[in-house]
Amino acid sequence: MIEVKNITKIYKTGDFETVALKNVSFSVRDGEFVAIMGPSGSGKSTLMHLLGALDTPTSGEYLLDGKNVAKLSEDELADIRNEKIGFVFQQFNLLPRATVFRNVMLPLVYAGVERDKREERAKKALVSAALPEDWWQHHSNELSGGQIQRVAIARALVNNPTLILADEPTGNLDSKTGEIVLATFQRLHQEGRTIVLITHELYVAEHAERIMHIRDGEIKEDGKNHSRRIVHHPAAE
Amino acid sequence: MIISELLEEAFSAVTVNKVRSGLTVLGIIIGIGSVIAMISIGQGAQGSINASIQSIGSNLLVVSPSFQRTPGSVVSSGRGAAETLTQADSDAIASQVTQIAAIAPQINGRYQIKSRTANTNTQVVGTVSSYPQVRNVDMSLGSFISDQDVASVAKVAVLGPTTTGDLFNSTSTDPVGETIRINNINFKIIGVTKAKGGNGFSNQDDIIYIPLSTSQRYLQGGSYVASINIEAQDASSMTSVQEQVTNLLMERHRISDPNQADFSVINQADIVSAASSVTNTFTILLASIAGISLVVGGIGIMNMMLTTVTERTREIGLRKAIGAKKKDISSQFLAESVMLTFVGGVIGIILGWVISLLVTHFSGIATAISWWSVFLAVGVSAGIGMIFGYYPARRAAGLNPIEALRYE
Ligand SMILES: Nc1ncnc2c1ncn2[C@@H]1O[C@H](COP(=O)(O)OP(=O)(O)OP(=O)(O)O)[C@@H](O)[C@H]1O
Ligand SMILES: [Mg+2]
Repeated sequence: MIEVKNITKIYKTGDFETVALKNVSFSVRDGEFVAIMGPSGSGKSTLMHLLGALDTPTSGEYLLDGKNVAKLSEDELADIRNEKIGFVFQQFNLLPRATVFRNVMLPLVYAGVERDKREERAKKALVSAALPEDWWQHHSNELSGGQIQRVAIARALVNNPTLILADEPTGNLDSKTGEIVLATFQRLHQEGRTIVLITHELYVAEHAERIMHIRDGEIKEDGKNHSRRIVHHPAAE
Repeated sequence: MIISELLEEAFSAVTVNKVRSGLTVLGIIIGIGSVIAMISIGQGAQGSINASIQSIGSNLLVVSPSFQRTPGSVVSSGRGAAETLTQADSDAIASQVTQIAAIAPQINGRYQIKSRTANTNTQVVGTVSSYPQVRNVDMSLGSFISDQDVASVAKVAVLGPTTTGDLFNSTSTDPVGETIRINNINFKIIGVTKAKGGNGFSNQDDIIYIPLSTSQRYLQGGSYVASINIEAQDASSMTSVQEQVTNLLMERHRISDPNQADFSVINQADIVSAASSVTNTFTILLASIAGISLVVGGIGIMNMMLTTVTERTREIGLRKAIGAKKKDISSQFLAESVMLTFVGGVIGIILGWVISLLVTHFSGIATAISWWSVFLAVGVSAGIGMIFGYYPARRAAGLNPIEALRYE
């Protein structure tokens, strides 16, 4: 359960002040699949950093599972990210030198999970993200863009987080590969995961069940997606 | 993260750019290697100097005339710069000072020596039968000067091995029974001493010994002696013997102020400690110069780690995004730099060891690698990794995850 209450984020650079988010409030129920979309510079990434506990707001409250994240220290934020959030970024998702398996296990390493349990959980996550087993021992710089995103999804799942946060996860992919990734998100959603997907493309946003429009740091529209696209892809099953 | 995992990560990180890591480690290898080599050479030199000081005798005290007031008199020829020590002084010491094992006065001079076939110039020492005991001289052929020879003012001589070689063109000939001329006086050879090797003070192999009385009568005249060698009973009685000798001679020479003494008593232990302090200073000097190269190596590590941190900014951002704390990031980078310096330290120890073996092989200076210098080197190299890795690691840990992820 995510609750954002009156969040404002102001960036100060020298004498300049940029108001990136203005008094934003919304909530996301457990198991929802929400897309946040808006034009460039509208504040999407800023919002995602706050939701992902990578940063704290200038004012307002952010409750994640009832806990106020807004006032935490750097190391406490690291714990929140580790336990409750799974990230899928647009690019540079994986450590290139490490194997797929190692990449997926990394959050568990920082969580202090024992070696055997880690491997077991990483296998489950990789199966869930639909990455064929042949690839598990490959180094991540040997993978295609679509495969990288699926490894990133597996890593996002491995800690069983409250929230999976994806920032333009299909931005670097062709539409076909992008569809496999979106189909994977849809299947995870059916399995009961909470997903927040950030994009500037309506086509991508239409895969979610709810779409929020953000412009100039404010939420302009927020509602059910009536023209929802459902994709099935054998590679994502 | 557990240590083993940290090391695994560090290993895979430092092996990504093998050439760069290798060159950086080379700085540490050279630094540690030269420190080890310099310490081992210094300690080896100290060991061999001590050994050669021990070879001139054990528990030895040497009384010489007014050493302090005329520096350099020890190497002068004749009876010394001042003719203040006499045979009577020596006899008085022998009869009145307790805890003495043996006493041997000596008189020195340089003369032209002729054999039937050759001719040389060397040191002639007039002394008594106890000299071999006091000064650790061993015989290889024949015998040393006897009490009988001294009493009868016999014209007999004992040669050092080098002198034997000079006079008879070969060290393997047996010269015992031959006659040589010292200052145009005939002497019969009765023995040859064993080689001792050069020991820095005077070459005890290029020498001729004759009876003290013979030297006084035929070569020098008078009853003066150049120095008196005294062997104390054991190491613990040396101070007492030194005090007794000093008091006795001051009384005999009618001197009340010790600073005005016309003789000096040198204790072998003093020579050892003076030599040790010189070689210690020398070792510290060498090691400090080598230490500078170690610091330069450490700066190399720091430079490389700073570059790595910049290159891996996004990796750091990603790690932080998935839950790495400051401590995790900083220990990861510290582990990398310590791993580099540790490996450099171990290879450096091997290098230093090889260098000291080569030095021993080619220059003959004995070297000694001590365990403490090895442990110190390992500790210092790991410490250098910590110190020079600390700042880059802190920089990495302090990166803001958002900025780090956005970094192009
Ligand atoms: N670290 C920062 N320092 C200063 N200003 C910033 C910072 N990050 C973002 N901004 C400003 O905040 C505003 C919102 O930026 P944000 O990155 O959230 O937009 P966005 O919706 O993600 O855009 P895009 O689609 O181009 O990624 C912009 O005006 C941007 O210049
Ligand atoms: Mg953005």
